[in-house]
Amino acid sequence: MSLTRQDVDKIAHLARLQVTEQEMPVYVKSLSAIVDFVAELARVDTQDIAPMAHPLVGQHQRLRPDEITESDRHEQYQRNAPRVQAALYVVPRVIE
Amino acid sequence: MEWEVVIGLEIHAQLATRTKIFSGSATAYGAPPNTQANLVDLGYPGVLPVLNAEAVRMAVKFGLAVGASIAHRSVFARKNYFYPDLPKGYQISQFELPVVSGGTLSIMLEDGSTKTIGITRAHLEEDAGKSLHEGLASATGIDLNRAGTPLLEIVSEPDMRSAKEAVAYMKKMHTLVRYLEICDGNMQEGSFRCDANVSVRPKGQEKFGTRAELKNINSFRFVEKAIHYEVARQIDLIESGGKVVQETRLYDSDKGETRSMRSKEEANDYRYFPDPDLLPLEIEPAFIESVRDTLPELPDAKAARFAADYGLSAYDSGVLASSRELAAFFEEVVAAAGAANAKPAANWIMGDFSASLNRDALDLAAAPVSSAALAGLLHRIADNTISGKMAKDVFEIMWSEGSGADAVIQARGLTQITDTGAIEKAIDECMAANPKQLADYRAGKDKLFGFFVGQVMKATQGKANPAQLNELLKKKLG
Amino acid sequence: MHTLSIGELAQKLAAKQISSLELTDHFLERLSRLNPALNAVITPTVDLARAQAAAADRRRSAGESGPLLGIPLIHKDIFCTEGVRTSCGSRMLDNFVSPYDATVVSRLRCAGAVMLGKSNMDEFAMGSSNETSYYGPVKNPWDLTKVPGGSSGGSAAALAAGLAAFATGTDTGGSIRQPAALTGVVGFKPTYGRVSRYGMIAFASSLDQAGTFTRSAQDAAIVLQAMAGFDPKDSTSVDRPVPDYQGLLGAPLKGLKIGLLQEFFEGLDERNGALIHAALAEFRKLGATTCEVSLPNLPLSVPTYYVVAPAECSSNLSRFDGVRFGYRCEDPKDLMDLYKRSRGEGFGAEVKRRIMTGTYVLSAGYYDAYYLKAQKIRQLITDDFRRAFESVDMLIGPTTPTPAFAIGAKVDDPITMYLNDIYTIGANLAGLPAVSLPCGFVDSLPMGLQLVGPHFAEDSLLNAAHGYQQVTDWHRRTPAGYA
Repeated sequence: MSLTRQDVDKIAHLARLQVTEQEMPVYVKSLSAIVDFVAELARVDTQDIAPMAHPLVGQHQRLRPDEITESDRHEQYQRNAPRVQAALYVVPRVIE
Repeated sequence: MEWEVVIGLEIHAQLATRTKIFSGSATAYGAPPNTQANLVDLGYPGVLPVLNAEAVRMAVKFGLAVGASIAHRSVFARKNYFYPDLPKGYQISQFELPVVSGGTLSIMLEDGSTKTIGITRAHLEEDAGKSLHEGLASATGIDLNRAGTPLLEIVSEPDMRSAKEAVAYMKKMHTLVRYLEICDGNMQEGSFRCDANVSVRPKGQEKFGTRAELKNINSFRFVEKAIHYEVARQIDLIESGGKVVQETRLYDSDKGETRSMRSKEEANDYRYFPDPDLLPLEIEPAFIESVRDTLPELPDAKAARFAADYGLSAYDSGVLASSRELAAFFEEVVAAAGAANAKPAANWIMGDFSASLNRDALDLAAAPVSSAALAGLLHRIADNTISGKMAKDVFEIMWSEGSGADAVIQARGLTQITDTGAIEKAIDECMAANPKQLADYRAGKDKLFGFFVGQVMKATQGKANPAQLNELLKKKLG
Repeated sequence: MHTLSIGELAQKLAAKQISSLELTDHFLERLSRLNPALNAVITPTVDLARAQAAAADRRRSAGESGPLLGIPLIHKDIFCTEGVRTSCGSRMLDNFVSPYDATVVSRLRCAGAVMLGKSNMDEFAMGSSNETSYYGPVKNPWDLTKVPGGSSGGSAAALAAGLAAFATGTDTGGSIRQPAALTGVVGFKPTYGRVSRYGMIAFASSLDQAGTFTRSAQDAAIVLQAMAGFDPKDSTSVDRPVPDYQGLLGAPLKGLKIGLLQEFFEGLDERNGALIHAALAEFRKLGATTCEVSLPNLPLSVPTYYVVAPAECSSNLSRFDGVRFGYRCEDPKDLMDLYKRSRGEGFGAEVKRRIMTGTYVLSAGYYDAYYLKAQKIRQLITDDFRRAFESVDMLIGPTTPTPAFAIGAKVDDPITMYLNDIYTIGANLAGLPAVSLPCGFVDSLPMGLQLVGPHFAEDSLLNAAHGYQQVTDWHRRTPAGYA
C-alpha cells in the first residue's frame, strides 16, 4: 500500500470528509491503487515543458465593466439553506 | 541580551469599486445581511467568476504609485480552506504570479530621517463574508455581503524594526491609497486592515527569528499595541528558555493581548492551484500608460513642492500633504491669499482650523469656514486690519456663524487701532489712572509692562495694534 | 414518431401535422411507461413540459419558426434549471431547487425546445457506467443487464429508448461519447469554450464541456447551433462567431485526410477494430484519404486525467458544505462535525474517492510530483495532437475498448473503470471537439467510432459524420422493444 491509514485520515480531514471504520480499508486500498496508477507519470521527461493550466492557448481573461447588475434576492436564495435566522446562514458556533 | 524586532505587514485594502471583484453585486457597506450576495458570491453550484475591470485598473494604479512592476501576465489561483464565511471553500487570490511586484514606500522616522520600506508584491483577491455571534444561542450567523469585495493585499518586506515604524508605514500606505482614490480607508468599516508578521532576533544576528502572524488589526493604535505585546511575549518566551512557534495569533483589543487562534491551529495546507474558471490576466503596456496618466501628484512629491515653493518645514509640508483634501484646501487658501501668506495659511490650517474640525468632529468638506473665507481672514491680518490675537476671535465667530472675516470685523467694530495718537492717548490715560504701578515699574518692576499692555488693550477693547502699542508703551514708560 | 430525427419532426410541426403538445404528450407517455425499467430520467417535468409545448405552439401560431421550436428534450441533471430540482445525481443536492437557468438551458428554451425532464447521471458526473448515481443505476435499453455508460448515461439511454427527440450531456473525460457509443446514438463534444459552462455544475472546470445526444449528425448540428456561442458569464467561453453548422453539411468529403490513431488499436478487440476499418472503407469510398498517425504521449492520458480532474473536483466540490444549500447532517455537534458528516453522508463513495485523490495530489509535498507533472504531460499530449493536425484534418478511432458491460462488473475496481475512458480523455485534455457515431455491433451491442478534430473544427467533424451517415444506417437502429 502506498498510502497508510494515517495518510487517508489526513487527506479526509483536509477535505472535510467523514470516513467510517468500514470505509477506511476500502479507501486505503483504492486510493493506494490510484496513486500507484498515476505514479507512471513520474517516469516521463518533462524538462522545459510549461505546465498547461487551460486547454485554449492564447486566450486571456476578459474584464467586466464595474456596473451593478444584481438586486436583492436573498429570500429566494435562502429557500435552499438548511438553517437561516434573521437572514443569516446559521452554523454551529465558530470559535476563533 | 539586546533584541531586534523584525516586522512585515500585509495590508488589505478594499478597493473602492461599485461592484464585487467577480460579480455584479453592490459593495456598499452596511446593507441588511445577505442582500448584496448574489449567486456568484454565495458560491452556488454552476456559477462562474468574471473579473471586474475597475479592480484591475486600481491595482495597476497602486503599482505605478509605488514604483512597482506591473505583470504583463498574472494568474488567479485558488486558496483552498473551509470556513463558513468562505462560500466556495476556496478564496480566489493570486499566488505565484501577482499583478504587482517590487516597489517601495518611504516613511518618516521620529528623528526626521526617512526610511524606505520594500513592497514585495500586491495582489488582487476576494474578501470573505462575516461571522456574527450576537443574538444567536451557541450558533454563528453568516452574512455574505462582504464576500467577493475586491481586496488589494499589499505585502511588505520585513523591513520595519519597531512598532512605530510599522505604524508610520501603515499610515503612509493609508494616505497613499486614499490619494489614489482606490480605497476609502475607512478602518472602522474594515476597508483598510492589516496582518503583522512579527519576530525578534538577537541584535547582530542575520537569520530571522520564528514569526507569529497577528491577524486582522484594524486601527493604527492597535497595530502598535499588538506589536508591543507580541514582542514582549516573544522575548519573555525565549529568555525563559522557550521557543516561538510559527502560528496565527489574534489581537484582542479588549484585553490588549494576542492569543493563538484555535480555528487556525492545524497546519495550513491551502493547496493553491491556478483557478481553471479564470484565464491569465494580461495587461498591455498601453493600458498601463493610460493609467499612469491618471496618477495624481503623490504625497511625497506634494510635500517636497510645498517645502520648496512656500518655504514650509518638512514637518508642516508632510502634515499638509498627508491628506489629498487637506493639501487641496491649503492650496486653495494660498491661491486666494497669495504665496506670501503661505506660512500663516499652513499655521492656521494645522492650528485653529484643524482643531475646530476635530472638536466638532467634522470632515473637511463640511467645515463652516471655506478656503476663501480663511484667505479673507489672512488678508485682514496681513493688512493690519486686525491683530493675530483678534483674528482668533474673528475665526471663532466665522466658524460658528459661517460668515466672512470682513462681515465679522465690521459688525463687531473690530477694526484694529493703528492711529498713533489714539494709542498714545489711551496709554496716557492708563498711566494717569495707575500711579502706583507706574512708580513700581519705574523702580524696576519690569513685569508690570504686561499689566500696562493689558490695561490699554482693555481700554481699547483689544483693538490696539499690538506691535505699535508695545513700541509706544516702551517709549512712554521710559 | 419517437424514432424520427429533429429535422423530420420539425417538418411535421411546421406542416401542422402535429402540435408540440401532442408530440410532448407522446414522449411523456413513453417516459411514464418505459422509464421505470430504465431509470434514465430522475425528474420528469410533466406540467412544465406541457406548458412549454403549449407556448411553443402559440409561438408557431404567431408566425415563429425554428428547427427546435416545439421539439422535446431531456436535460442532464447537471444543468441548473430554475424552479426545478437540480440534483447532479447526488444526495448532496437531492433537495436543491435551482433559482436560475444554466445558459445551455435558457438558450434551448429560447429556441423553443420543450424540457420533458432531467436525466439520471453518475454522481457529479464522476463515473463511466452511471452506477454512482444516488438514484440508482441506469439500464441500457439494448440490454437491461448492461450499463449505458456514463456519466451522461441517463441522457444516452433516454434518447436510445425514444423518450425524447434529443438530450443534453456534459463531457469531462468521455461522458457524452462513451455512453453515446454504448447506447447506439450520436454524442457530440464541442471544443472547450464553444458552449457556455455557466449553470453547469462543475466537475473539472478545465475539462468540462456541454454537448449533445442526437439520432444523427444533422440533428447534432441543429442542437449545437442553438447551444453554442459566447457567454459573458463564463470567462472561459470563446468570443468567436458560430458557423452555420447545418448549412455546411453535405460538402463532399473528397480530399479529407483522416488519421488512424495507432495508439487506439493496440490491444483492441479484433471485432471492434474491424468495425472501425469498415467505417474507414466507407470514408475512402466517399473520397477521403486515410493514413496512420501516432500520438506517442496519448497512452499517458488516463493517469494524467486522474490527477488533473480530481484536483479540480476536490476544489470545485468544497462549496457543498451544508451551509447555504444542499444536504446538512442531523444535529451537528460543532462546525467540524457539520462539515465532515454533511459531506461524508451527502457524497457517494466515488465522489469522495476523487475528492481525496485531488486533495492528495494538490497537498504540500505532492503538488509538484503529481499535479504540476500532470499539467506538463497534458501539454505534451496537446502538442501531440497539434502536430497530428498539421498532416491530417481529423483523427479516427474507436470510442470505447468494449461494448456495454454488465451492471456491477467493474464497480469494485476503480482503475478498470477509469480505463473505459482511455480513448476519449485525450480530446478533453487538449480541449478538442470530438464526436462518437454508431458504427456497428459486437455481441448484439452497439459500438461507436470517434472522430476528433482540431479546435473549432465542429463544422468539418459534423460534415464528415453526416457524410458517413448518408451511406450507412447504424444510427437508425433502435433497441428491440423501443422501436
